[in-house]
Amino acid sequence: MSEEKYEPVIGLEVHCELKTATKLWCACPNEFGGEPNTHICPICLGLPGTLPVLNRNAVEYAMWIGAALNCEIKPSKFHRKNYFYPDMPKDFQISQYDEPINVQGYLDLPTGIRIRIERAHIEEDTGKSSHLGKSGRIHASYGALVDYNRAGVPLVEIVSAPDIRSSEQAKDYVSELRAVLVATGATDGRMEEGSLRVDANVSVRKGPNAPFGTRCEIKNVNSLRSLVRAIEYEIKRQIEILEDGGRIVQQTRHFNEDTLSTVALRSKEEAQDYRYFPEPDLPPVSPLDTWINKVKQELPPLPSQRRAKVKETFGTAEDSQIITLVEQDLDGLFLDVVSRGADCEIALRRLLNEAASQIEAAKKLDAQDFAELIGMEKSGKLSATQCKAVLANMLEGGGSPMQIAASLGFEGMNSNELEEVITQIINDNPDAFERFKAGDEKVSQFFVGQVMKATKGKANGKAVIEFLEAKKS
Amino acid sequence: MKLSDKPLSAKEIAAGIKNKTFSATEIVRNSLSRIDKLDGDIHAFLAVTGDQALLRAKEIDEMVSKGEDPGILAGVPIGIKDNICTRKVATTCGSKILNEWKPPYDATVIEKLRSQGAIVVGKTNMDEFAMGSSTEHSAFGPTRNPHNINCVPGGSSGGSAASVASGMVPLALGSDTGGSIRQPAAFCGVVGLKPTYGLVSRYGLVAFASSLDQIGPFSRNVEDSVLLSNAIMGHDPLDSTSLDIETPPIKIDIDKGVKGLRIGIISEFLEGISPEISKAIELACKYLEEGGGQIESCSVPSVRQSLSAYYLIAPAEASSNLARFDGVRFGMRVDGKNAEEMMVNTRTAGFGNEVKRRIMLGTYALSAGYYDAYYGSAQKLRTLVIRDFKSAYQKFDVLLSPTTPTTAFEIGAKVDDPLTMYLSDVCTIPTNLAGHPAISVPFGHDSKGLPIGLQVLAPALKDNLTLRVAKYLESAVEKANV
Amino acid sequence: MNNENLITEKDVAHVAALARLHLTTKEIADFTTQLRSILEHGRDITALDLAGIPPTSGPIPLENVFREDVAGSCIDKSEVLSQAPGHQEGQFLVPPLLDGSE
Repeated sequence: MSEEKYEPVIGLEVHCELKTATKLWCACPNEFGGEPNTHICPICLGLPGTLPVLNRNAVEYAMWIGAALNCEIKPSKFHRKNYFYPDMPKDFQISQYDEPINVQGYLDLPTGIRIRIERAHIEEDTGKSSHLGKSGRIHASYGALVDYNRAGVPLVEIVSAPDIRSSEQAKDYVSELRAVLVATGATDGRMEEGSLRVDANVSVRKGPNAPFGTRCEIKNVNSLRSLVRAIEYEIKRQIEILEDGGRIVQQTRHFNEDTLSTVALRSKEEAQDYRYFPEPDLPPVSPLDTWINKVKQELPPLPSQRRAKVKETFGTAEDSQIITLVEQDLDGLFLDVVSRGADCEIALRRLLNEAASQIEAAKKLDAQDFAELIGMEKSGKLSATQCKAVLANMLEGGGSPMQIAASLGFEGMNSNELEEVITQIINDNPDAFERFKAGDEKVSQFFVGQVMKATKGKANGKAVIEFLEAKKS
Repeated sequence: MKLSDKPLSAKEIAAGIKNKTFSATEIVRNSLSRIDKLDGDIHAFLAVTGDQALLRAKEIDEMVSKGEDPGILAGVPIGIKDNICTRKVATTCGSKILNEWKPPYDATVIEKLRSQGAIVVGKTNMDEFAMGSSTEHSAFGPTRNPHNINCVPGGSSGGSAASVASGMVPLALGSDTGGSIRQPAAFCGVVGLKPTYGLVSRYGLVAFASSLDQIGPFSRNVEDSVLLSNAIMGHDPLDSTSLDIETPPIKIDIDKGVKGLRIGIISEFLEGISPEISKAIELACKYLEEGGGQIESCSVPSVRQSLSAYYLIAPAEASSNLARFDGVRFGMRVDGKNAEEMMVNTRTAGFGNEVKRRIMLGTYALSAGYYDAYYGSAQKLRTLVIRDFKSAYQKFDVLLSPTTPTTAFEIGAKVDDPLTMYLSDVCTIPTNLAGHPAISVPFGHDSKGLPIGLQVLAPALKDNLTLRVAKYLESAVEKANV
Repeated sequence: MNNENLITEKDVAHVAALARLHLTTKEIADFTTQLRSILEHGRDITALDLAGIPPTSGPIPLENVFREDVAGSCIDKSEVLSQAPGHQEGQFLVPPLLDGSE
């Protein structure tokens, strides 16, 4: 195999559900899940005689996304994309075709690579069908049940240029895009609930200057992990075909989570012909400049700006830590506690190691309390272990770190008490102390352990070592 | 068939019920018995909702006895074209595929009618999905023309036109996509108005061609057309193409007549029409001149290609609008071994020939490689039609033409020749492309006793002007007959 | 719309598949003749010079028609399902879907 000869070319289509209160064309609530067919009305069921009326908020959210992706926000139109499928109530999808609302933007990845965005347009979601019969598979199914709760939920489809060159980069793109989308407030970006869905267009070519190869579209990618696996499988599959002297057939392929492979969808007799034409029931959308400017002004800070801010405050933090901090939406708290004088390094460590496992609780932490806690660890009033224990309590119910520390019996030991204990332990272990004096650093951990044991963890490890060093001479 | 003389007008009925000359119940019973007597021959109705109508009549009578005002159509029986959704009452669109579907909602016009006291007595026959000009394309058999039961009533709103012409109801609603109100109104000798696009909500009208469809009134006289227009017009937030403008009640000042109006006779529509209709136009010009109108010939060149544009645009939109009839959520289903096959089986069995023909035509016009040549060109022609009318209306207040090139033809005469059938809409189609109002008003009969209709056209939102001129022509005919 | 561009039986069969209609051989032949005559009549449009004319898709120029994002009431599914040709467990029942893998 000569995989290094080939360069993958990847473009991604990301569908994200908008967080509007109601659906795109009707006043049914836009809520995930729910008992089947409880969020339906004649309009989203596409019953004869019904008509769509555009949700103003969906347009505004689409504009937020466009602004966040550096797109040009333009006058736009809706078209009908005609195809038959049971979960598509009207048997056409209302979408935007040659005049989408957002065009020609870009997304900068944390790695510094820029991926161009071709368009980000508004369209409606379909219902959901589930297969009846063994294991819910399409094969061996005797029928399907259709739930239209999701039909007519507003989507924005973000189409990247074919600028992505590896599965890792695809993952970086989707992570960053997701973070941007969530930051705008337009979507909750939950891949596991399907509110963010990715289709990947994959092809390979011989080197960066060769013309693009024939591409395959991969659907049913439900997580970042699947995205990486599906793309890798597909790249390998295409290279193998080419190496065997074969040709790639343009097709839509389905990623199978169980076999970790992609499979071609049944090829239809007739070629796809969606017969797009302007939707006669919907007038065009032409947002006024005042509206576009308002959206741009009100756009919340995006992840890249937020990362820069953290970097500015704490220059030596690792990029990966900063990315995670912003991803977890804890950068605001971090900057707040640091501005109250807390130590950057300790604050970041506690946020990423402890708080991040309970994000919702962490976001509710009182910055002043948290800053105090970090101060206590920094000054040695609390050991790292004690600090974690106090933080765990704060995450559970909040409260002043001083009071929690007191209630846990973490009163700082005074130096006299500590010296007494250390002296006793040195006397009990003269050999070990000799080794320590001779420069065997590992022995220090033995003493720290013994002191902790004797003080039931109350002692501060750093203080113990300072005493030991002092006793050397 | 002998029609009974002078059935009451809607205006007379509403007034009589309000001043207790008679009750809504009596009026509805009268209407129902007339339907019972005549509809075996005419077949204007697909369903008669007698029980519900009588219940509603009782409510109206109670309102009147309590001194409440039931509205401008108090107790007036009305027929509803069967492509307008009525909650829990079967809405078939003249098609087998809906399989007696009972909509879970009322069309906006139905709600408006109810709030004005009108009483729905039944659903009227139509060409399947409003595709046709004779009502012969109904899956439930043709409607016959009350003036001669061997002739078609026109279409697609043939049932509504015939129900009003035969005196079964004073009013009916139809829909007009390329002439489907005006052409049957002309064939049946009643008044039919296609309002400006956007003045009447389309919510609940089963779409044929969304950018052309408009609901409008049938009545036996112009005053009743005004009454019904006022009941159904107005902005509807459920229809994005509904005009959000103040629609003051249309009032026509009968004394105003046509004095000073500049009236253009569309020259393109005088070619190839029957000599008797030609004479009717000449007579109308004479009357209008006597009334002080200024008559002149007027050319609207692009109306010549309108028929072609229409028969690309309307089928294209229809092919998409009719996709949802797939056997999944409502209506008929013919099973298959998988969902796709079920859809094909259902649609193949459920749609009639004319509907299939138009779906095929529209699908073709939109398909890859043909869009620009067909649908794209048709849309450009639409721009030309709008421009041509605009320049005509710089010189004229209204335009006049025959509604149809001939009077009603015999049942079966054109049903096997689609193109000839389509040509019977040649005079009515351009106004749909432009979105303008136009009315057909009865203007005498031909030598066979079949009604002749004249069409009055006006610019967008000048519906009142079409009614005013129609009213003048109506009075002129009455005077001449005295 | 030259002669060679006029609709053929093959086109008609393709279009029928797109429109989810099954046509018999005779119907394909009849439709081909009928659609051809209608499309031939349509040649009067292509005879015009339409270059530079913008298309019109709606008769009345409107734009920015919106609905506020306020929830309203839904419909009771039992009324809708009672009109459905197939339903089960509160959902619409259809024959198996084919759009899966081979």
